[in-house]
Amino acid sequence: MPLLDIENITIKFGGLTAVSDFSISMEENDLFGLIGPNGAGKTTVFNMLTGVYAPTSGKIVFNGESIQGIQPHQITKKKISRTFQNIRLMKNLSVMDNIKVSYAYQAHYSLVSSIFRLPSYFRQEEEIEKKSLDLLKIFGLLELKNEKACNLPYGQQRRLEIARALATQPKLLLLDEPAAGMNPQETQNLMDLIQWIRREFKIAILLIEHDMKLVMGVCENIVVLDYGKIIAQGPPDEIKTNKKVIEAYLGEEAADA
Amino acid sequence: MKSYIKRGVIFLAASLVVFCVLFVLIQTDVINAYYSQILMVICINIILALSTNLIINYTGQLTLGHSAFMAIGAYASAFIQMNTGLPFFLSLLCGSVVAAVFGFLIGLPTLRLKGDYLAITTLGFCQIVVVAIQNIDALGGAQGLAGIPPKTTFAWVFFSMIATIAILYNIVHANQGRAMISVREDEIAAEAMGIDTTRYKIMSFTTGAFFAGYAGGLYAFLMMFIDPNSFNFLKSIDFVIYVVLGGTGGFVGCIASTSILTLLPEVLRFLGDLRMVIYPLLLIVIMILRVKNIRVTSFLRRKSGAAKPKERGEDHAAA
Ligand SMILES: Nc1ncnc2c1ncn2[C@@H]1O[C@H](COP(=O)(O)OP(=O)(O)OP(=O)(O)O)[C@@H](O)[C@H]1O
Ligand SMILES: [Mg+2]
Repeated sequence: MPLLDIENITIKFGGLTAVSDFSISMEENDLFGLIGPNGAGKTTVFNMLTGVYAPTSGKIVFNGESIQGIQPHQITKKKISRTFQNIRLMKNLSVMDNIKVSYAYQAHYSLVSSIFRLPSYFRQEEEIEKKSLDLLKIFGLLELKNEKACNLPYGQQRRLEIARALATQPKLLLLDEPAAGMNPQETQNLMDLIQWIRREFKIAILLIEHDMKLVMGVCENIVVLDYGKIIAQGPPDEIKTNKKVIEAYLGEEAADA
Repeated sequence: MKSYIKRGVIFLAASLVVFCVLFVLIQTDVINAYYSQILMVICINIILALSTNLIINYTGQLTLGHSAFMAIGAYASAFIQMNTGLPFFLSLLCGSVVAAVFGFLIGLPTLRLKGDYLAITTLGFCQIVVVAIQNIDALGGAQGLAGIPPKTTFAWVFFSMIATIAILYNIVHANQGRAMISVREDEIAAEAMGIDTTRYKIMSFTTGAFFAGYAGGLYAFLMMFIDPNSFNFLKSIDFVIYVVLGGTGGFVGCIASTSILTLLPEVLRFLGDLRMVIYPLLLIVIMILRVKNIRVTSFLRRKSGAAKPKERGEDHAAA
């Protein structure tokens, strides 16, 4: 049984069909890329997967459970987590607190134990503290833990957003253009990081990215979207030579080169 | 945990000292009856401001109807006490619970609204409560409810305030508080991190209503007379002003601004009618200073030599 099984999801915004008949299937620990020109509907796919939008029709099965139409926070609890195309950190909170927010749903002490500072509060807070520190260390953000998130440089903010998504302990991680705005060196580091996350956390990753070098470099399977429809799917080598893809997407870059 | 206990002990000791000093000053008439009454109103207002602070600053939900919960608490506790003879504290608690239940029921549908819409709806709710009370004869109608026994003492209001500070501080510096703050920061991101934003908005609103109801009770048993009009939305606006002047998040700023702004009109009384001109002018000046980020708290911090390079973000850090 696949980890994620999307069957023919379609979404319409008024007259506009943003995504139509989108189907993919991912196994545990797969690393897929989702590419396509601007406005192709990539982010919309993520939004449907994470409950921001409910598909007009179709089926999403994750981990054996149907998840379409349920709320975003419930989907996170079912182990899908994401980052956002335009970074959405808690800007005024410290780096540390940004991570801690992700542990909030996993903590199980009540309002009463918070108010009276019962042992369960201290026990779980200590655990959250420790886990958050560990994660920050892995991501090289430990020194910055008391810095406000909005004061971090752009690349670090992206890293923090990924760290925060991982803190919710997903089985499927959705990354929406993680390399946007990064310089080549940062992009290279990010490639290593993504591969390392996949190995270390043993999770599946679905990656939206415009940086072809990155996508072709790390993904074993690529889905190409154009005007809301899948026009090609396969390993990087096939995609590179696919006529339709070159026309719709790589064409621009090939022409540039 | 150790540092938390240490801070808790310091806080308790400090409040005891402050209490003893004020208590002696009141007993020896250095602070006369008139000013001790104002002092008690300040404590009550601090409870109200902090509970508003939880909703507006920590959870980011603009409510303009907080005085409705104060009214509900005031009327409920006074009515219960006068009709059943329940002990003072229990009737206060009953009043708070009634206010919290209303908070929950109102929050359930309205907290789905955002920004301006929430503000207008809560404002409307506030006026409905006022009009409703005006038309309930058992509660004294528009004439108000008189004959409430004078049970609120300085010790009651002071320690109620201390308890409120402690409880709200503990909530804010816990998982629930973090969730509330994340709602303020970015609702979409909070949802994506597994936070049931509706649940925490309602939790914040209900908790705020509880404390507003409690403060309302204290107020009723202090004034011995309450009338519906004194709880109209203008009163809610007062709380919003305290909170806005207090600055984002912090407790100290909120407490300072509430104390100053409650005291100010009384201090300006010698000006006669001019008071109504000077007070708003002062408000504007303070507001401008605030915007320029000359904060009472940062001033105090610098003064006290606690030279920890604390970022604003740390205000919300867990204990
Ligand atoms: N809430 C919405 N209401 C109406 N139209 C929408 C909505 N969300 C997305 N769209 C439309 O759906 C289409 C796909 O948008 P989407 O953001 O998914 O593109 P994308 O592939 O992520 O593009 P980019 O590479 O620029 O991020 C666009 O035409 C967009 O205008
Ligand atoms: Mg997009």
